[in-house]
Amino acid sequence: MTDKTMSPPDLPGAGTAPPAIELIGIDKSFGPVRANRDINMAVGKGTIHGIVGENGAGKSTLMSILYGFYQADAGEIRINGQPAVIRSSEQAIAAGIGMVHQHFMLVYPFTVLENVILGVEGGALLGEGIADAHKELERLEREYELQVDPEAIVGELPVGLQQRVEILKALYRGAETLILDEPTSVLTPAEADHLFRVLKQLRDQGKTVILITHKLREIMAVTDNVSVMRRGEIVATMKTAETSPEKLAELMVGRSVLLQVDKGPAKIGRPLLEVENLTAVDERGVTRLADVSFTVHAGEIVGIAGVAGNGQSALLEVIAGIRHAKSGRILVDGKPIGVTGGSSPAAVRARALAHVPEDRHGMGLVTAFEESENSILGYHSDTQYLSGPFLNIESIRADALEKIEKYDIRPPDNRLKTANFSGGNQQKIVLAREMERDPDILLVGQPTRGVDIGAIEFIHRQLIAMRDAGKAILLVSVELDEIRSLSDRILVMFAGRVVGERGPDASEGELGLMMAGIDSREEAA
Amino acid sequence: MDLLTIVLVVDSAIRLATPLLLACLAGLFSERSGIFDIGLEGKMLGAAFAAGAAAGVTGSAWLGLLVAIMVSVLLALIHGFASITQRGNQIVSGVAINFLAAGLTALLGQAWFHQGGRTPQLLGDARFKSLTLPGADALAGVPVLGPVYSELISGHNLLVYVAAAAVPLTWWVVYRTRFGLRLRAVGENPAAVDTAGISVTWLRYRAVIICGVLCGLAGSYLSIAQSAGFIVNMTAGKGFIALAALIFSKWRPWQALGACFLFGLLDAIAIRLQGVIVPGIGEVPVQLMQALPYILTVVLLAGFIGRAIPPRAGGVPYVKER
Repeated sequence: MTDKTMSPPDLPGAGTAPPAIELIGIDKSFGPVRANRDINMAVGKGTIHGIVGENGAGKSTLMSILYGFYQADAGEIRINGQPAVIRSSEQAIAAGIGMVHQHFMLVYPFTVLENVILGVEGGALLGEGIADAHKELERLEREYELQVDPEAIVGELPVGLQQRVEILKALYRGAETLILDEPTSVLTPAEADHLFRVLKQLRDQGKTVILITHKLREIMAVTDNVSVMRRGEIVATMKTAETSPEKLAELMVGRSVLLQVDKGPAKIGRPLLEVENLTAVDERGVTRLADVSFTVHAGEIVGIAGVAGNGQSALLEVIAGIRHAKSGRILVDGKPIGVTGGSSPAAVRARALAHVPEDRHGMGLVTAFEESENSILGYHSDTQYLSGPFLNIESIRADALEKIEKYDIRPPDNRLKTANFSGGNQQKIVLAREMERDPDILLVGQPTRGVDIGAIEFIHRQLIAMRDAGKAILLVSVELDEIRSLSDRILVMFAGRVVGERGPDASEGELGLMMAGIDSREEAA
Repeated sequence: MDLLTIVLVVDSAIRLATPLLLACLAGLFSERSGIFDIGLEGKMLGAAFAAGAAAGVTGSAWLGLLVAIMVSVLLALIHGFASITQRGNQIVSGVAINFLAAGLTALLGQAWFHQGGRTPQLLGDARFKSLTLPGADALAGVPVLGPVYSELISGHNLLVYVAAAAVPLTWWVVYRTRFGLRLRAVGENPAAVDTAGISVTWLRYRAVIICGVLCGLAGSYLSIAQSAGFIVNMTAGKGFIALAALIFSKWRPWQALGACFLFGLLDAIAIRLQGVIVPGIGEVPVQLMQALPYILTVVLLAGFIGRAIPPRAGGVPYVKER
C-alpha cells in the first residue's frame, strides 16, 4: 500500500468508467493517533462497497473525511475521475454524497417533511418549497419502496422508519453515492432485510452505496466488493464473492479468530434466579415489563433476544435493584428480594448477584476515574478495600493490577483515566470487577457492544467458563448471533412481554419474527 | 370593581408586561437556538443605562434607543463568543453578564452624571411619549368601547406597540421561514443541522444577535419610555421573570404573550392593592403583594403547566463528534 498511483483492483462495475469515488493517499491524525494512514480505495459506480474493520480501525473517520466532517491531512478525493475538494458537509452534498449516520441526524420534534427539507428549503419562506417537496418526496418513496408519512413526527416513528427518513434525506438532496454507517445496529432482521433490498434497488438504478459495518454476514449478503481496514489502514480490497467470513475476520484482527464459540453441553443445576409475573411501569406511565416470568438455573446461560427498547433494559434494572417493579416476584436462590420496594443494588449484590450493565459509560463506569477506582466501584465498602473510614489505596491498586493481568486489560496501567481505554478494554474492566466477585448469578447486558472481535472472543470464553462453573447467567444482547451462539435457552422480548422461548438451534428467521412480536408456534396452535 | 378600575388595572398591566414580553421573546430566539440565556437581566440593565445616558446627553430618544441596542447586542455577542465559539458554560457566562451590567451601570452612572448612579431627568423628545391613536379622543365619550379604546388600546408609547407587533412577527419568523426552521432544528439537534450543510455557529450567532436587539428594546423601554431616566438596578429582576415566562410558555411566542401579560397583571394588581384594607384581614402587607408574581411563578412552574421540555440541545456547546 505504498504505491499512491496504484490502480484499483479489477472490480465489477468499475469497467472503463472512472470510479464513483476514489480516495488516494488519505492521511488523518488526531494528535498522536493516526486514524487513517495512506488510504487508497476506489468504489465503482453502481456497486455496493463494504468497509469492514474493528472499532477504532478508522472506518468512520475515513467516511467523515469523505462527507466533509473532517479534512484529511494529506491525500486526494476524486469523484467520477475529477479531483474534488470537500471541506464541509455542504460541499459533500453538492458533490452528490449522502450519508446515513449511525446515530441519526434527525430533529425529533419535527415532521418527516421538515427533516427532509432542512438545509434545502427552496427559499427563505417555507411555504414556497413545501408543496414541491411533497411531490418530490412522493416520487422518491414510490421509486425506492421507502414509504413514510410526510406529516408524521419523526420522534414518534420506530427506528426502522427513522432510518428511512435519513435515506430519503440523502436522496432528496440528489445523492449519487450513499454512505451508511453501521445501519443495521438498531434494526430487526426483517427490517435489515428490507434495508438490503432498498440498497440493491438503489444500486440497480445506478446509485453507489458504501456500507460500513462490523457484521461480516451483512458484507457477504449485500456487497459486491469489500475493503478491510485495520489500525487505520486498508489491508485488503476484494470481490465479496471471492472471500469468506473467516478470511475477512482474519484480515480484520490480523490473526485467525474463532467465530464459533466452543462449548460443551450444559450441566443444569437448581433454579437460582426465578422471575414471576414481573410488571414494571416507567416514570411516564408507559408499561416497560408486562407479566414477565422465567427461570435461570445454575450452569446455564439464558439469552434474551429482542430489538433494543423492548423491555430488556427495564428487566435488567429491576433484577439488579436499580428500578422498582409494580408487581411480581423475584427469587434469588429460592428467597425473594423486594422488587416492588426495599430492594437496592447493594442489597441485591449482597445476595451474590452481579450486574454488567448495558450502558457501560452511563452505569458501568465513571470514565473520569482511574482504572483502579473503577475496578472496585460499588464494592468500595468492602473491608478489604478499607482501612478505618478511609480507602486503602494500596490494596485497591494491587487488586486492580491482578484483574488487569487476568483479563488482559490494555494498557496495563491501573492509574490511567478510564476514558483513555478502548471500548473493549473498558468492557473488560467492568467484566473483571463483576466476575471476580464470584457471584452465583450474573446479569450481562450487551457484553460486546462496541468491542473488538479479539476481545469478543475473550469475553465469550469467560462467560462460558462461568456457566461451566455452575453459575446462572442471564444474557441480554441485541446481537442475535451472540445470543444464538452462547445461550442454552433463548427468550425473545417484544413490547415488554416475553414472546416465547426457543432452543439455541432456532433459526434466525423464526427468532426475527418473534422479535417483531409474532410467535409462529402460538399462531399455529 | 367598576369598569374604569378594571381598565386602569389592565392598562397598567400592559405597561408592566411590555418589558417582560420583549425580554421573553429575546430569550425565545436565543434558547430556541440552543443557547440558554440567564443574562437577559444584564442585557436589559445595560441597555436601560445606555438609553438613559445617550438620550440624556443627546436629547434624542431615537439615539438613546440606538445606543441601547448596540450595548445590548455587544453584551449578547460576549455571551455568544463565550458559549458558541469558546464552548463555555452558558450559565456561568450569563451570570457574568449580569454582574458586569449591574456593576458597570452603577459605576459609570456615578462617574459620568454624579447623581448617585442616575442619569439626568429626560424631557421632551428625549423620551418616547404616549401616542394617541386616531379617533381615540372622539370615541372617549362612548360607553364601554370609549374607555377601552382610548385608555387600553390608545395612549401607549411606541415601544408598547413594537412589543405587541413582535409577537406575531416572532411566530411568523419561527414557524414560517427557513431561518425559523433552522433555528428550531439547531436547538434540538445541532449535528443534524451541521450534516445538512448549515453552519451551526453562524445560525446561533444570528439568534444571539436578535436576542440582543430585543433586550435593547426592553431596556430602552424602562429608562426612556416608561420612566424619564435610568436609576440603579432599574430592571429589578424583570429579566428573570421574563425567563420564567419563557419556560411557562414552553418557548412559544403567543403563549409568551399570555404569560407576560399574566405577570404584568399580577404586578398591576399588587400595586393597586397597596394600602387597601381587606375586611377581616386588615391591610394587605405590601411585601406580600410584591412577592405575589414570584410566588405564582414558582407554583405554576411547580405543577400547573405540565412538563416544560426545553430545546434538547439547550445549554450544550456543539462539538463535532470524533
